[in-house]
Amino acid sequence: MKVLMKGNEALAEAAVRAGCRCFFGYPITPQTELLEYLARRLPEVGGVFLQAESEVAAINMVYGAAGAGARVLTSSSGPGISLKQEGISYLAAAELPCVIVNIMRGGPGLGGIQPSQADYFQATRGGGHGDYRVIVLAPASVQEMADLAVLAFELADAYRNPVMILGDGILGQMMEPLELPPFKEDLPAREWATDGCRGRARRIINSLYLDAEELERHNLRLQEKYRRIAEREVRWEEYLTGDAQVLVVAFGTCARIARATVKAARSEGIRAGLFRPITLWPYPYRQLQAAAASARAVLVVEMNAGQMVEDVRLALEGRVPVHFYGRTGGMVPASGAVLQELRRIGGVGRVQHVRPA
Amino acid sequence: MSSTFAPPEALTKVPFHYCPGCTHGIIHRLVGEAIDRLSIRERTIGVASVGCSVLAYNYFNVDMQQAAHGRAPAVATGIKRVLPDRVVFTYQGDGDLASIGLAELVHAAARGERITVIFVNNANYGMTGGQMAPTTLLGQITTTTPSGRAVKEAGYPLRVVEMLATLEGPVYLARVSVHDPANVIRARRAIIKAFEVQLQDLGFALVEVLSICPTNWGKKPVEALSWLKEHMLPVFPLGEFRAVS
Repeated sequence: MKVLMKGNEALAEAAVRAGCRCFFGYPITPQTELLEYLARRLPEVGGVFLQAESEVAAINMVYGAAGAGARVLTSSSGPGISLKQEGISYLAAAELPCVIVNIMRGGPGLGGIQPSQADYFQATRGGGHGDYRVIVLAPASVQEMADLAVLAFELADAYRNPVMILGDGILGQMMEPLELPPFKEDLPAREWATDGCRGRARRIINSLYLDAEELERHNLRLQEKYRRIAEREVRWEEYLTGDAQVLVVAFGTCARIARATVKAARSEGIRAGLFRPITLWPYPYRQLQAAAASARAVLVVEMNAGQMVEDVRLALEGRVPVHFYGRTGGMVPASGAVLQELRRIGGVGRVQHVRPA
Repeated sequence: MSSTFAPPEALTKVPFHYCPGCTHGIIHRLVGEAIDRLSIRERTIGVASVGCSVLAYNYFNVDMQQAAHGRAPAVATGIKRVLPDRVVFTYQGDGDLASIGLAELVHAAARGERITVIFVNNANYGMTGGQMAPTTLLGQITTTTPSGRAVKEAGYPLRVVEMLATLEGPVYLARVSVHDPANVIRARRAIIKAFEVQLQDLGFALVEVLSICPTNWGKKPVEALSWLKEHMLPVFPLGEFRAVS
C-alpha cells in the first residue's frame, strides 16, 4: 500500500523499519522534519531519541551508541555536517557502523536554506582528516529516500563503516507516494561491541595507533576494505543510454530534471540519454565509461559550481568532451535551460561544433 | 599464603606510561578499586579522553572506548542511552574536559546523564608539554604563559565543580586531592560514591581530582605535592559540592 509522505519523514520511518532504534541530532533547515518525526516515533518503538546540544555532540553520541552495538542514525544539513566531520573521521577510523543524513542546502558559510548539491566534494572526498572513505548514497525520489535508508544500514553493518545519504532540500521537503519497507527484526550480531565484558575478554574501540608501522598496517587494512566496497557496491541507473550521442550525467534532484529533459530532447530528434550515479562513493567510473561509449558529448548537470563533473572527467579520461551546467545558491536548473544546453552541445548535425571541455 | 594486598582486578597488568611521580597512577588505582568494590567490572564501559590519559584503555580492565578530544561525555551519553543497565564512566584531564569539551560536559550534566566523570586537574596540558589550561593558576608559568598566567591576556582559572553545582542535573559533585594519604582515602570514598549514584540511577556524578604534573611543573614529585597543597587548594577548595543524603 502506498502512502504519501515528505522525504525527510519517509527516510525516518524507513530507518525505524530497518531496525534503527537510536537517533542523535540537532535542528537545522531543511532536515528538521526528520528529527521531529523521530522525536515522536522512536519512543513508540522503545527507541532512543536525543536532541543534542550541538552537531559535534550528536556525532560523538553516535560514536558511543554505535560502539555499544546500536543501529544508529544522525541527520543534518551542510553547516551541521561540517561540524560532524571530526566525528565522522573517528567513526571511519574505529570502523563503527552508522548512517549520517545530509539534506543539502546552499553554501558556503551559513549560505541559505534552499536546495543544493554543493556538499558533493565534502561527502565524497573525505571532509574530515586522514585517509578514509564514507559510502555515499544519492536518492532521487521519496521512495529512494526510504529504500536507500534501509540499504545504508545494511552496508554500514556489512562493512563496519559510516554511510552517508546525500539528499537535498527538495527531496527532504517534497511529498510523494511511496511503498514503505517491511520491518526488520533480526539484526546482525556485533562481536566487537563494547557492552560490558561479562564472560569474555574485554574489548576496545579506538583509533589511536602511536606506532607508525602499526598505523600504516591499520590504514592498509582500511584501504583493502575500501577496495572491496568499490568492487561490490557500485550502484547506478541508466535511461536511454544504448544509442545516446549526448549523455547527461546527474544525481539526485538534478537527475529527475535531466530525465524530463532527455525525453524532450528525444522528441526533437536529439539522441540523448541519462546516466545517474546512485553511489557517489564508490563512483561508477567503469559503468559510466561504458554508458558513454557511443556519446559524442557529455553534459553534467548539478546544483553546484561543478563538483561531480570532476569524477565524470576522471571516468571518461578525455575521450569525450564533458560540458557542465549548474546553478548554485539554492537555484534549481530548469528543464528548459538544460534542454537548451543539450541542443547546443548535442543537437543533430551540430555535434562537430561542440566546444572542447 | 594468603594475600593481603593485590592490584585491583579492574586494572590490567600493563605498566603505566605516566611520568615518574605523576598521580594518574594513584587515581587509576582508586577507580579500579571502586569498580572492584562495587563488583561492576563486567558491566562497566569506560571512555578514555585525549591528553595524558589517552591510553587509559590499556589500563582499565573493562570494555573501553577512546573518544575524540573533549567529547567523552557525549560518547558516554551514547553508550549509556543504548545500555541503561551498564555502568559508564569517563576519565578526562583538564584540557580535555574544561576547555575543548566544556559544552559536552555541561550539557551531559544538565541532562542528568547517568554517567560518572573522573576529572583529573593538574593545572596544565600535560601530554603536549605543559601549556596553559583553563585551570592554570594566575601567575603560573607554562610554555604558553612564559611570564606567568596574566589576567589581562588569559583571564581567570575555571572552577568546574562550582560551575556544575548551579545545575539541577548533577547529584554528586566533589573535589578531592591525592597529595597525601589522608586525601587519597577521601578521594577513594568520593569516587565510590560517584559510581554508587549511577548504580542507583539518580543522575550525573563528577569527581574532580587535583593532581600533580612534576615533569611540566619543573618540580621534583615531593615539591610538586607541596606546591599543589600550597597553591592549588586555595583556588580549588576541596569538598562535596552536591551529595545525596
